[in-house]
Amino acid sequence: MRLDGTTVLAITLMGLVTYLTRIAGLFIAGRFRLEGRAKAAFDAIPVSVLTAVIAPTLLTSSVAESLAGIVTIVAAFRLSLLGTVAVGVATVVLLRLVFG
Amino acid sequence: MTSPARRPEPEWRAALADITPAMVAGMPFAALCGALAIAKGLSPAEVFAMSLVVFAGGAQFAAIEIWSFPVPVFALVVSTLLINVRHVLMGASLRPKLHALSAPQRLLGCFTLADENWALAERRAAVRALSPTYFLVMGVAFWANWVVWSLVGALLGPVLGDPKRLGADFAFTAIFIALIVSLRTGSRSGVVVAASALTAALVRGLIGSPWHVLSGAMAGIVAAAVLPVDKPGAR
Repeated sequence: MRLDGTTVLAITLMGLVTYLTRIAGLFIAGRFRLEGRAKAAFDAIPVSVLTAVIAPTLLTSSVAESLAGIVTIVAAFRLSLLGTVAVGVATVVLLRLVFG
Repeated sequence: MTSPARRPEPEWRAALADITPAMVAGMPFAALCGALAIAKGLSPAEVFAMSLVVFAGGAQFAAIEIWSFPVPVFALVVSTLLINVRHVLMGASLRPKLHALSAPQRLLGCFTLADENWALAERRAAVRALSPTYFLVMGVAFWANWVVWSLVGALLGPVLGDPKRLGADFAFTAIFIALIVSLRTGSRSGVVVAASALTAALVRGLIGSPWHVLSGAMAGIVAAAVLPVDKPGAR
């Protein structure tokens, strides 16, 4: 069991700023009454964030990833969450074998 | 969930059932994160502490990537902040759906706010009221899973091997795709997804991580605001 002083400081500060990002939204929301375009923008937050996180992997990493992404999107419209993940993972393994 | 439930499924059980795929997908990543940290010179105790208090996969992978001795504290904290600033948007979006939680429950519960359990909470809130039990059980289970498996990775180290071999790394992407599809809100969502995806891919290529997350998200949000409102009467 070894704990370095500066490492502990870094981890503590990383944890602190992360927690602040997690609760900041709770205090921002509710201060505004959202209507029209502002509401449309606000409702788009979940889909926008999730898309931004994965899009570079799907669009630019490899042919296998991009094709598996298309198969997974089709699966997502028909299957449960677990079924979609199973189809996606199986497809990417196969395609990585095909495309090396 | 489609069965005519005479006795409704307990909230804690629904929470565990919904978060299980994300937990399974998270295991190899947590283990990899722990193993990489050991390779960078951190101790298992430090890996455990980081997963316990930070609990943010993307930020932890980035931190381990830039980790060196002497420890670059400022760079680590700024990188962590940039990658996790999306939580502010997520928390703001979730806040109106957390009215069943007391203020302490919200403040403690949001300690475990992460992409997956947040998206599942959004999905749940779209069809029924979000209960404290559902939100807290899901968050704590996902957090504990990350802490335990990153410690396992730290202790087992390189024995586990590359998660890419089994396609485990794509499970994360597949979960996100399924969540995006289930969260879509009609025809405008296609445009939002396209704007966010293209911007994120472009920024990732031209500027680099983690800027793609924030810029892609902003592009999607702006697209939603600029689009004509579907039904003039609906808000």
